[in-house]
Amino acid sequence: MRLVTVAGPPSSGKTAVIIRAAEALRADGVRVGVIKFDCLSTGDQALYERKGITARTGLSGNLCPDHFFVSNIQECLQWGEQSGFDLLVAESAGLCNRCAPHIKDVCAVCVIDNLSGVETPRKIGPMLKMADLVVITKGDIVSQAEREVFAHRVRQVNPGAVVMQVNGLTGQGGYELGRLLAGAEETVSLTGRLLRFSMPAALCSYCLGQRKIGSDFQMGNVRKIDFS
Amino acid sequence: METLHPTSGYTALLLGDLLRELPRAEDFFTSLGLPLPAGDESTETYFGRIPAETLEDLGIERRELGERFTAFMDLLVVLRDKGNGPAIEAITILGGVDKDGAPEDFSLTIRPGEVISIVGPTGSGKSRFLADIEWLAQGDTPTRRRVLINGCAPDPARRFSLEQKLVAQLSQNMNFVMDLTVAEFITMHAESRMLGDVAGITATVIAKANELAGERFSPHTPVTALSGGQSRALMIADTSCLSISPIVLIDEIENAGIDRRRAVHTLVGEGKIVLMATHDPILALMGDRRLVFRNGGIAALLETSPAERANLAAFEEMDARLTAVRNALRNGERIDRL
Repeated sequence: MRLVTVAGPPSSGKTAVIIRAAEALRADGVRVGVIKFDCLSTGDQALYERKGITARTGLSGNLCPDHFFVSNIQECLQWGEQSGFDLLVAESAGLCNRCAPHIKDVCAVCVIDNLSGVETPRKIGPMLKMADLVVITKGDIVSQAEREVFAHRVRQVNPGAVVMQVNGLTGQGGYELGRLLAGAEETVSLTGRLLRFSMPAALCSYCLGQRKIGSDFQMGNVRKIDFS
Repeated sequence: METLHPTSGYTALLLGDLLRELPRAEDFFTSLGLPLPAGDESTETYFGRIPAETLEDLGIERRELGERFTAFMDLLVVLRDKGNGPAIEAITILGGVDKDGAPEDFSLTIRPGEVISIVGPTGSGKSRFLADIEWLAQGDTPTRRRVLINGCAPDPARRFSLEQKLVAQLSQNMNFVMDLTVAEFITMHAESRMLGDVAGITATVIAKANELAGERFSPHTPVTALSGGQSRALMIADTSCLSISPIVLIDEIENAGIDRRRAVHTLVGEGKIVLMATHDPILALMGDRRLVFRNGGIAALLETSPAERANLAAFEEMDARLTAVRNALRNGERIDRL
């Protein structure tokens, strides 16, 4: 089975883009399954199922969503194998702009939208900078100049990636994205594989349930803004 | 200093020399939020002294910085040299099949400066046609069409090259979303193209846009404050002068506040191939040919006939009369006489 990780800021169009690619692949007889990682709640599983795409949801609740992702991805792979998929898409939101669920030698996709502004590519960390494929959405509502500048800014921070425009509403580019995903490497097992980059350091008193504000209540990995 | 080639070992060069050759090299550092290295320092040395903590925060490993910098510099050199590549003289689309698998049986060659109209109902295959050109289809899309550039099958790498994207699009729904003035906006676009005379080209684009727009606007107007017609005019002037793509698709541009015929002439004048999806007879007849879409395929390829051209004058007269009525209405007059 082939595995791809798809990550991107909330509301950038990840689900719509995956649905477009999956529909195009289904027409070619490729069986696609989706595992959706989210934090609190998501209606996306129902959205996938309405389109006839088998999907499962993993909610991280009060755990760091990307840590939750890493702790579960091997089991997701097994589920995909048992379900007989040709392609499993692991979709997750990048919430702090620093995390990335991307795994070495597993096709990594980042979805970002033209509306998020030209400074956004610089603000997103490994999720964008280490992706193999960057999908830019919502191109139908901004000017040609903005599309070109935005794509250029993406190329500046990730010169090696394939950059393509996909429109989740009209489906433009969905077929082409499907072809690229179907060509991803086969993944047999993830045990022992490496994340492309370490998750951000955590573990301070607030990770452990502290709610009070003030230096006296801060322990562990704490960093302060330099006002000097 | 010798001219840079993509194979040069950029990281060993002194930053001062690099910046003299390619000033935009500094974007590499600003886009990562890093301070600029000293002029007499090589990036190799500089990367070596970045604190591990900074790299942690950035989410980049030290050895990757060098690889990324090389890829970035390769990109700059490609952008700078893009004018030296072979120009597009012709794009040929070889017919495939429609939605039922029936063969299309056409071969269409389009050249810079041509205007082609596109007609057909929603869902008839216009978008797929554009997508086939964008993707440089080689019999590997649902339509099985093939696209040739200057008569030959293009290099497969071209499919993913942003610098060689074939189609720019301009439609009714598109808006400016950036919080910038007109001059800042066009400057930003020109800079991303690595053009030499950014100020000159910016002034040209704004002047052209003002020729097309019904109401004039200043370089200091925020792009989001432009009227519909002014926005469209600026988009057309910008696309004609600054877009990378040789083909421009215009999708049902409305009549308000912009001289559409002049807009098309502006694009053609800059050597663009204009594809115009429209059901407005005056615009459609500006095309030398028109493609008729039906059931996912091209059902006919019509040359604009002399009789149709002759009718154009009549259609224009009708249009002028309707425009006069619109203006009268706008001016608060009665429209009880024809």
